[in-house]
Amino acid sequence: MKKHRLSTRLWHWVNLLALVILFMSGLNISNAHPWLYWGQWGFQPNTAWLAVHRWPGWATIPGSYNLAVARDWHILFAWVFAVGLLLFLLIALFNRHLGRDIVPGRREWRWPAIRADIAAHLRFDFHHGEGKYNFLQKVAYGLVLFVLLPLMLLTGMAISPGFDAAFPWLIDLFGGRQSARSIHFIVAWAVFGFFVVHVLLVLLSGPIGQLRDMITGGRYDEAA
Amino acid sequence: MKRRNVLAGFGATFLAGCSKVGDSQPMQKLFGLAQDWHRGAQRTLAGRNALAREFSPSDISPYFRGNGTTDPAEADYKAHAAAGFAGWTLAVGGLVERPLQLSLEQIRALPQRTQITRHDCVEGWSAIGQWTGPQLRLILEGAGLKPEARYIVFRCADVLSGSNYYESVDLVDAFHPQTIVAHRLNGAPLPVKNGAPLRMRIERQLGYKHAKYVKAIEAVASLEGIGGGKGGFWEDRVGYQWYAGI
Repeated sequence: MKKHRLSTRLWHWVNLLALVILFMSGLNISNAHPWLYWGQWGFQPNTAWLAVHRWPGWATIPGSYNLAVARDWHILFAWVFAVGLLLFLLIALFNRHLGRDIVPGRREWRWPAIRADIAAHLRFDFHHGEGKYNFLQKVAYGLVLFVLLPLMLLTGMAISPGFDAAFPWLIDLFGGRQSARSIHFIVAWAVFGFFVVHVLLVLLSGPIGQLRDMITGGRYDEAA
Repeated sequence: MKRRNVLAGFGATFLAGCSKVGDSQPMQKLFGLAQDWHRGAQRTLAGRNALAREFSPSDISPYFRGNGTTDPAEADYKAHAAAGFAGWTLAVGGLVERPLQLSLEQIRALPQRTQITRHDCVEGWSAIGQWTGPQLRLILEGAGLKPEARYIVFRCADVLSGSNYYESVDLVDAFHPQTIVAHRLNGAPLPVKNGAPLRMRIERQLGYKHAKYVKAIEAVASLEGIGGGKGGFWEDRVGYQWYAGI
């Protein structure tokens, strides 16, 4: 049996490309009005809850300020991201990847088990736990799959004026259009935080093997 | 140190690649398609006539920010402004059965719609204001669209960087109940910075679609040959998306 299914591997790399492009074009869009507000409206920088840093060209798509082109990339890769996420979640639900590998079992939620898991991580021992992933891994992947990525999609839709007419309740859910915009920004950085930790842990746990397995599928040794 | 150089090199290559790919014909086509899919998805999910959210008077923002042109410098406009826009007319022409010249009194005498809506700028900010004016559909029905009319173009009095501002929408948004030719903001005549004496409200799209200082409304079969051919001032000039529902 493969360690990573084909659907997982495909989505992993397509989603990486989509997220990198969305994040970097998003930073370019952020430069257009680098102030964030709460509520429905907001346009005066002195009422902003956050004056956002102006992102340098090397961090943005395109490499200099261009709202039109940044939005072209963002609008196109929003589709790649949204369709990819929905398909992956559906497939992973039906082939039981979510239930078996991602959602922690009841026994894993006990404090002594969690403490042991944290202690193992602190010893840089990442290959433990009874399933494919250990508890902290499951929580991290679960948080990204069920909370952060869906929030990116939903807040993105809530910012779009065309969706105001389609789902006014969605904008209310986030507390208004400017709140949705603020949450979109915050969650984007939370996803970036996951990306950094994820890459660090891959580097610490045998990067060549990890990369190879995410490309070829690798082999899953049930006994290990 | 070496690894950092490799990373920086990789990043620069990625950015250069993006710029090359982004400028290519197939990618430009894909960008356009993605925009069309968003329009299709939004109209399917919402329905063609679904209303944008309307707010209560207590939600109105303390003032309404002016953006783009906020004080047209053209002599003709200045003269109209000095005269309180008494002689301003709105021409309705193009592919219509009965071209019209409407005075402000005639526009104010039409059945009026008042709506408190949120204005979302492409830059990211939002303001809430109360707008009053006749529905565009009343004016278009008065003029009678010819069957070949596909788009409605709004011609403006302001000149920005050497060319006249203009915008356009398709017939779905032109006949939408909240698409009005506004002449009042928050209960007072429209201020100059917000588009006096007439501006469009296209409530389900971003701010640059809401043409200000409107002088003429024109029904056309195609956007080719108008301005730069992309359907609007910003669309021509920097490549903003023609469909601005996203």
